[in-house]
Amino acid sequence: MGKWSRRAFITTGIAAGGVVVFGVAIRRGNREAKVREIVAADDESLFDIWLKIAPDNRVTVIVPHAEMGQGVHTALAMMLADELDADWSRVDILEAPSDKEYANYALARGYAAGGADFPAWLIDTVDGIFFRATQAMSLQITGGSTSVKTTGQIAMRVTGAAARAALLQAAADEWQVSVSELKTQNSTVLHDASERSATYASLAEAAARISLPSKPVLKGSDEFNIMGTSPQRNDIPAKVDGTAKFGIDATLPGMKYAAIQAAPVFGGAVSKFDPASIQDMPGVRKVIDLDDAVAVIADGYWQAKVALDRLQVEYSDGGNSHWEQGQIFDQFAADLDQSAEAGDEETDVASGDARAALRGAAQVMDAEYRVPYLAHSPMEPMNCLAWVHDGTCELWTGTQNPLGFAKDVSKALDMDLGDVTVHNQYLGGGFGRRAFSDYTVQAARIAKSVPYPVKLIWSREEDTRHDHYRQASISRFQGGLDANGKPVAWHNHYVNKHDPEEAPHIPYAIGNQRIVYTESKTHVPWGFWRSVDHSLHAFFTESFVDELAIAAGRDPYEFRRELLQDKPRYLAVLDLAAEKAGWGEPLAEHQGRGISIHQSFGTIVAEVVDVDVVDGELRVPRVVCAVDAGYTIHPDGMAAQMESGIVYGMTAALYGEISIRHGAVAQSNFHDYPMLRMDKAPVVETHIINSGEPLGGAGEPGTPPIAPALTNAIFDATGIRIRELPIQQHDLKKTDFRETDVA
Amino acid sequence: MITLKINGEIHSVDVDPATPLLWVIRDYVGLTGTKFGCGIAQCGACTVHLDGAPVRSCVIPAQVAIDKEVTTIEGLVRNGGELHPVQQAWIDEQVPQCGYCQSGQIMSAVALLDDNPSPSDTDIDQAMAGIICRCGTYPRIRKGIKRAALAVNALHKEAATDG
Repeated sequence: MGKWSRRAFITTGIAAGGVVVFGVAIRRGNREAKVREIVAADDESLFDIWLKIAPDNRVTVIVPHAEMGQGVHTALAMMLADELDADWSRVDILEAPSDKEYANYALARGYAAGGADFPAWLIDTVDGIFFRATQAMSLQITGGSTSVKTTGQIAMRVTGAAARAALLQAAADEWQVSVSELKTQNSTVLHDASERSATYASLAEAAARISLPSKPVLKGSDEFNIMGTSPQRNDIPAKVDGTAKFGIDATLPGMKYAAIQAAPVFGGAVSKFDPASIQDMPGVRKVIDLDDAVAVIADGYWQAKVALDRLQVEYSDGGNSHWEQGQIFDQFAADLDQSAEAGDEETDVASGDARAALRGAAQVMDAEYRVPYLAHSPMEPMNCLAWVHDGTCELWTGTQNPLGFAKDVSKALDMDLGDVTVHNQYLGGGFGRRAFSDYTVQAARIAKSVPYPVKLIWSREEDTRHDHYRQASISRFQGGLDANGKPVAWHNHYVNKHDPEEAPHIPYAIGNQRIVYTESKTHVPWGFWRSVDHSLHAFFTESFVDELAIAAGRDPYEFRRELLQDKPRYLAVLDLAAEKAGWGEPLAEHQGRGISIHQSFGTIVAEVVDVDVVDGELRVPRVVCAVDAGYTIHPDGMAAQMESGIVYGMTAALYGEISIRHGAVAQSNFHDYPMLRMDKAPVVETHIINSGEPLGGAGEPGTPPIAPALTNAIFDATGIRIRELPIQQHDLKKTDFRETDVA
Repeated sequence: MITLKINGEIHSVDVDPATPLLWVIRDYVGLTGTKFGCGIAQCGACTVHLDGAPVRSCVIPAQVAIDKEVTTIEGLVRNGGELHPVQQAWIDEQVPQCGYCQSGQIMSAVALLDDNPSPSDTDIDQAMAGIICRCGTYPRIRKGIKRAALAVNALHKEAATDG
């Protein structure tokens, strides 16, 4: 395969590559053969990089995102196939290859290499929609709940509709009739008047010679045939018979295995070890010093692990071993105090005069909430098979960001980006963890030192102790109520802002708001964790709204309702969850019910949690969830994502706590970083609203509301207000908790 | 060199007999459907059957499996590609998400139904609590087991009638 330098990309890549990317059929240019080689056999007509139609009338949709269980391949294919009026029973789905000179990939490589500009002449020739689609898709990043709302809406549907238009035009030309007399269904064009029909395949070649319309008309939701239904996901059969290939399953002839241990304290480095001490152990090939980690290569993984365990490695601590978890919270608290005193907080939201309104309020509520660090703990520990050969590096791994990984590896190995290839595999859980390339860079550096391929597998302990963590945080609130119990002031000061920016914002009609933050850096690596900042701020804000409702002597649902009168979309979601959960129906003495609502990634989710607390034992029999993602493409997939987001968030709320001891992570495996299991899993009911608003995400929005809905329910059952997660550290028997636990 | 019978086939493997069965199955026999999750019998991703009983292969030395029948996820599919009722139920209920833990879930569910063809919710909780799913597919696993139980019982009935 040819080399990709930036220069080559611009001079030879764009001319033909651009033709492909922007949806015009490939029929000229020197890249045609190469692209065809990857995604199409010789007798298939390639419309553009997201769609191909084979002679047997099978339609293949090419999806540029990683499948990590969220059903993205199926949902995106449905969007294209529906606009195309394809026969769903004869649609195949292919993940866009990121290993060869794929046209879309070429453009993306330009981005990944940093600052490759689109030549002006190209932009001028490209319709805005296709251009935006390419920008959105080119990085092939899977995260931020964006696949359906961005790739699906912009690229998949437009491609399907444009291809359909070209096929119609081809039939009209062939039959000498007007397009308006034709219709399409099940991958066939029909002319009722003359009772003629033609399969898409028979028209594909002619259609490929017709320029695709740049702004094809998309269907209205009442015209959808496939979107809004729940066909079975295409990735599931391989996941029930053991044939699905995850990164850890990748295999090459002659491959060896590596085990690794990084310096336990973040910022530390390897200072001393004796390779000779293990060199004679069975199967051991090589011991490698990666500066901040030591790896052992052996014939089998177990041999590598046993040898590594035997190796006595001393590490430096980067000056960080004095850090304890308590000190980190103390630093947060001190930084909040100081910046509040100095008045130098960063402003997030400022409307009205919250401080004046607090001074004039009939009642003022104060609360401070805390959340701990969290690890992602996907079931598949980090791993990567790397092979450095012939001046290239090939990687087999599961990643949410194949191009970013390739870029990081090319830097680490001082190679051209074009010489690094990522073969993306199924991801055994992502949740944001597999957006960070550390494990892949390690594997590449290890493989560079040997002539054979090496599969690096992290232990669970390594996975727990060298994650990129959801931040620990403190958030302080003051709320003011007037004499009628109506909230008049909202003051919130928290540490450390990442993204999304709007995570701490509230939808409620409270006139005077001041939301501010203070940065307070620590040595603990930060990472995207399912729903990112929403995961903490929903707990903070939806707990505090509940506390205000209680202080006002109001029902928490009715209290929220009144503050959402000018937000009909929120109101509909809140009402649906409350209605389906039977809000207001009497509960037994030991039972409680809590509610919360939060918008993230364009999707509004309300959750109502039922709890039983008997002798301090907490049980969560049921969670009712209402969701408005604008329009739900695959209702069963949406329900699955709500179930998943809720269990993920509930696990964290109940048990999740990564704490720092002597500068390192204290936890190591599932015995001390426990997970929700079958016997504690609630029934989850999902109810969907299609409001017709712009599409939102599905993978993350189920997570933020669960922690506050759960702690609000615990308050309802016990009178215990939990302001610090996880829940398991609290004694739910202690009924005077509320007075004594004020932080 | 040890000899193991896995999914009805004999494999002679040149490996330290103390090596956990998991790594022998994956790295030496080449059956990768059985997964590594924790290495300390906490997550159940590595569950296989030893003479029909579910075990955590990440902590069982391979030598323990000598002269026993080892069954992995690859051994559940009958000749001709017919899925086990539990596998079919997993498709019907659309259980898996990322799918990584599902070999362990399915092997545990099969062992449960072999032992108890009509499990209650409590039976399911007890049998399945050892296998962690980070995607939170538990509600669907429960439905899948109940659906598979119906299919298994129907098969038993059929067999009884035929007999």
